[in-house]
Amino acid sequence: MSETLLTIEDLVVQYRQGRKKVVKAVDGVSLTVAAGEFVALVGESGCGKTTTAQTAMRMVPATSGTIRYRDRDITNATQSEMRPIRRELQIIFQDPYESLDPRFRVKDIVAEPLEIHGLDNRDERVRAAMERAGLTPADLYLERYPHELSGGQRQRVSIAAALALEPTMLLADEPVSMLDVSVRAGILGLLNDLRTSGLGILMITHDLSTAAHFADRICVMYLGRIVEEGPAHEVIRNPQHPYTKALVSVVPQPDPEQSMQPEILQGETPNPADVPTGCRFHPRCPVATAACSSEDPPLRPAGSDGHRAACILV
Amino acid sequence: MSVLAVEDLHVWFELPDDKELHAVQGISFGLERGERMGLVGESGCGKTTAILAMMGLLPPNASAAGRILLDGEDILAGGDATMRPHRWNDIAMVFQGAMNAFDPVKTIGSQIQEPIETAGLAKGKAARARTAELLELVGISGERQDRFPHEFSGGMRQRAAIAMALACQPKVLLADEPTTALDVMVQAQILELLVRLTDELGLALIMVTHDLPLVSQICQRAAVMYAGHITELGTTTELYHRPLHPYTRMLFGATPDLLAQREVTSIPGAPPRLDQEITGCPFRPRCDSAIDACALSYPPTRTAEPGHSGACFVEAHA
Repeated sequence: MSETLLTIEDLVVQYRQGRKKVVKAVDGVSLTVAAGEFVALVGESGCGKTTTAQTAMRMVPATSGTIRYRDRDITNATQSEMRPIRRELQIIFQDPYESLDPRFRVKDIVAEPLEIHGLDNRDERVRAAMERAGLTPADLYLERYPHELSGGQRQRVSIAAALALEPTMLLADEPVSMLDVSVRAGILGLLNDLRTSGLGILMITHDLSTAAHFADRICVMYLGRIVEEGPAHEVIRNPQHPYTKALVSVVPQPDPEQSMQPEILQGETPNPADVPTGCRFHPRCPVATAACSSEDPPLRPAGSDGHRAACILV
Repeated sequence: MSVLAVEDLHVWFELPDDKELHAVQGISFGLERGERMGLVGESGCGKTTAILAMMGLLPPNASAAGRILLDGEDILAGGDATMRPHRWNDIAMVFQGAMNAFDPVKTIGSQIQEPIETAGLAKGKAARARTAELLELVGISGERQDRFPHEFSGGMRQRAAIAMALACQPKVLLADEPTTALDVMVQAQILELLVRLTDELGLALIMVTHDLPLVSQICQRAAVMYAGHITELGTTTELYHRPLHPYTRMLFGATPDLLAQREVTSIPGAPPRLDQEITGCPFRPRCDSAIDACALSYPPTRTAEPGHSGACFVEAHA
């Protein structure tokens, strides 16, 4: 068993809305990512997946629960205590058009984290990181500005900047959603190679097909909770929670002859400021029973090994 | 007769310094009543420019040539004079990001009512009633017309944007990335709506998207565009199972499928710039099966079976 890198336990993140209202963006999420493991956190907008990741990076404070990196509790770590952790745990953002400073050359973008962390041999490290990110030969890109690069190349630059510090884990927030289909596979393949070389990867995505292809494990979030988690192929082929079942059923297939029986849920995800009682999915659930409106089910084993779902009917 | 037929459509943009960008380089296709057709390709391939030309809504620095036949009448021939009577009345469009283009300080209803009154379809109470009817058509209770955009969810605003495009009962609807910013469940709802509208109203739909699975799911036919050309045209089944053009095959190959049955491989390189003349096939530098002939001239269009054609020198290999 490889070393567990990130451990999130019973994480709650809440925001105040006005004077009395409290919005629980994340409401009791637990997950782990081990070295060499590729975990996908999947869900619709507003389900709390990005907040979960940002809290793990301590960009957002946790209201309760614990976050550990390796064996260190970082839940309440100060900025200076976080510094060595940030060398190990890096984040890649969604939009490589917005996340790179247009006035910086590629070499300066990739060197910036090294500067911040006061590391030597910058040239060498920059080149190594760029080659690792698939920007080869590095000389071809070092002097360029972001606007001279394609979207895929830009995202490789942000990955190179993350890799410059030789992290042990990457958080990738929708790393390909802004890119053209033709180059997405290259970026995802790169993340997959990094995983193979031992990095832990937590990818946030709304795209189940991408998660199915690249992740070892999938955690499905709904309204601040993980409602199902398990081995990627199990979650996709044998979904247990009615929400996951519906989600899987509406993903368009490239083969027009693959018959689809989409189970389209009506309405949209409720406001996290107004979470339904009992199972938070019950108002939209096609198989909800009377008990579902009062009982709030925890995750429990369902289907095969390591597969869990939060539904009283499984 | 096709409700819409596009013949050899070209669009050029004038750039500073006497340069020119040839965004659409001679595309042709027909669209039948009630048919749903996909127009797919990567960013910059000319798909949005092509449908803007069909609406006569190109920016002032663009010029178009070719024929756009609506029920047999060339609406491009006389410029705005021949385009204007048909715009919105016969051919309408849902712009990319339309759901975020509502004025935040006006009610949804008043914003749908405005074009109805401008077009002289109805006035006052009657226009209000028509607005309610249109909202009901897209699955929103007519009573909600007095709500403001922020009171609608993203999916509902997209429905309202579709309702607005349908105000004048067009025959052809052009939808530019109608589900791109939406979650997968809401996307499914909007797709279901588009299918229902085309089936019930006999509306012909062109859906512009970069997302092949979307097209496979709801369109009968699709045109794949690359560098301003239609590289392949056929039914979605033909495109997936018997692609004629390597680009189509490679694009499907780069698209992850849910059951992860196939490896996904990205296409190397990037599309060419269109402000320079390209000799030969524009896809050649990225193609996995290019031959010498590909560098010399643009490949002729070859028809493999009725309605299924591709522009490639290399024999199809699935």
